Amino acid sequence: MLTSKKMAPKRVTKLFAATAAALLIPLAACGGSDDSGSGSSSKTLTVFAAASLTSTFTELGKEFEADHKGVSVKLSFGGSSDLVSQIQGGAPADVFASADTKNMDKLGDDAVDRKDFATNVLEIATPPDNPAKISSFQDLGKKGVKVVVCAPEVPCGSATEQMEKKTGVTIKPVSEEQSVTDVLGKITAGEADAGLVYVTDVTAAGDKVSGVKFPESSQVVNTYPIAEVKDSKQADLAKEFVDFVLGSDGQKVLTSAGFGQP
Amino acid sequence: MAGRRRGAGPPFAPARLGLPRWLWLPALLGGAFVLLPLVAMVVRIHWSDFPALITSQASIQALLLSLRTAVASMVLCVVFGVPMAVVLARTEFRGQSIVRSLVLLPLVLPPVVSGMALLYTFGRRGLLGHTLDVLGLSVSFTTAAVVMAQTFVALPFLVISLEGALRSAGRRYDVVAATLGARPTTVFRRVTLPLVLPGLLSGAVLAFARCLGEFGATITFAGSLQGTTRTMPIQIYLSNASSDPDSAVALAMVLVVVAVLVIGLARQGRSAV
Repeated sequence: MLTSKKMAPKRVTKLFAATAAALLIPLAACGGSDDSGSGSSSKTLTVFAAASLTSTFTELGKEFEADHKGVSVKLSFGGSSDLVSQIQGGAPADVFASADTKNMDKLGDDAVDRKDFATNVLEIATPPDNPAKISSFQDLGKKGVKVVVCAPEVPCGSATEQMEKKTGVTIKPVSEEQSVTDVLGKITAGEADAGLVYVTDVTAAGDKVSGVKFPESSQVVNTYPIAEVKDSKQADLAKEFVDFVLGSDGQKVLTSAGFGQP
Repeated sequence: MAGRRRGAGPPFAPARLGLPRWLWLPALLGGAFVLLPLVAMVVRIHWSDFPALITSQASIQALLLSLRTAVASMVLCVVFGVPMAVVLARTEFRGQSIVRSLVLLPLVLPPVVSGMALLYTFGRRGLLGHTLDVLGLSVSFTTAAVVMAQTFVALPFLVISLEGALRSAGRRYDVVAATLGARPTTVFRRVTLPLVLPGLLSGAVLAFARCLGEFGATITFAGSLQGTTRTMPIQIYLSNASSDPDSAVALAMVLVVVAVLVIGLARQGRSAV
């Protein structure tokens, strides 16, 4: 009566439905923020900026809009290397602000009138109560301290590697994350004792983490370059924005977020 | 469907079963939508570098870790999922539908949320974290955390397919066996389980595949360290996010091949049952 053959179609349907669900669910989880391109009559300036510039550039964008009537600034934040490949893939960016020189180099001739606009140094972030009593960079090399760093493949990780070389401290991390936000996540959750991120990240995290500055940090300085993108349709506006970021108003915003001046 | 039996009359004339023609267009478009990205990926691979890229130490460690953890998670899914499915399919209690929805929740949760939930439970500052700490157990940043994350998100796949199989198999044979004097454990072992074995197998394969692809919960709960917690999807994401998309796409291809092999083997196994 009920042979396994007879049941097959139903089971296949179920399997199919479950597979479809399995394939669709992750899709829902990764909403894109790629909303470039607009057809409005007012001018739109599209700025691609590194994820670590999220709060400062949001503020800068608002100030720029206030100064320029009829201009709206569209911001797209992401990992610098992702943004570079998007621009190379034809994304309509007018301005690109990178978190490191390496990624700006990759843009080559597409980056017009490139200038450095900010610097950033590393700082140790710990949970607010600093359970492992971290007070120096050397403490990160101690046994039993759970340290989270960025993977060497990403900019903050390569800065970490250079810092280890300069100081001779070997860190044995429990995890090598993809970005500073991932490192901070492990700290705010209290899973790790310490993490290496940028000064600006510690400032932005407020009282959710506490920062431990160390004197050696000045030996590895990360420089942020900004440039107009070659095929920009708003070349004049792009230039104005870059000048604004480099000007005193722009620098004020960046300094209060913890960035250094180049 | 399975229960409805048709008369022994002649089969329907084949002409009547023709598909509506308009159906072809969306079907082909849908098929192209699924297949084209795969083709694009194959095209993007640098075949000359391919062997070197997939045999790098990072790649091999990631693949082995993925396979090891996915097998362990699948076993855990079977150990806990089979009893869960049996309870859900064979008993009735108040609020059962709510319990079922809750158990299946990881199916629809974004994996990152699952990872956060695990962190709030088993993390150092989590609900059970202190107890675990006292016992000298610390799960975060260990391979065990990877297995837990995978099991958490994959368990519903096994439960849902096995519960479906149990329901469509019905209780008739169980009842017959019980009437003949078999005790519950014997009925379960000799009658119920063999009847739903194909369902169990497909559920286990689904769970395995889900484990193999697990990313969000793992990276949130377990972190990312080569050889310990950095599974294939995390390695791929890292390579892609950094300046090494060539190795990302090569590894992605390996993952696709493994997934296709697993599904193919499971189909073979099932038709043999």
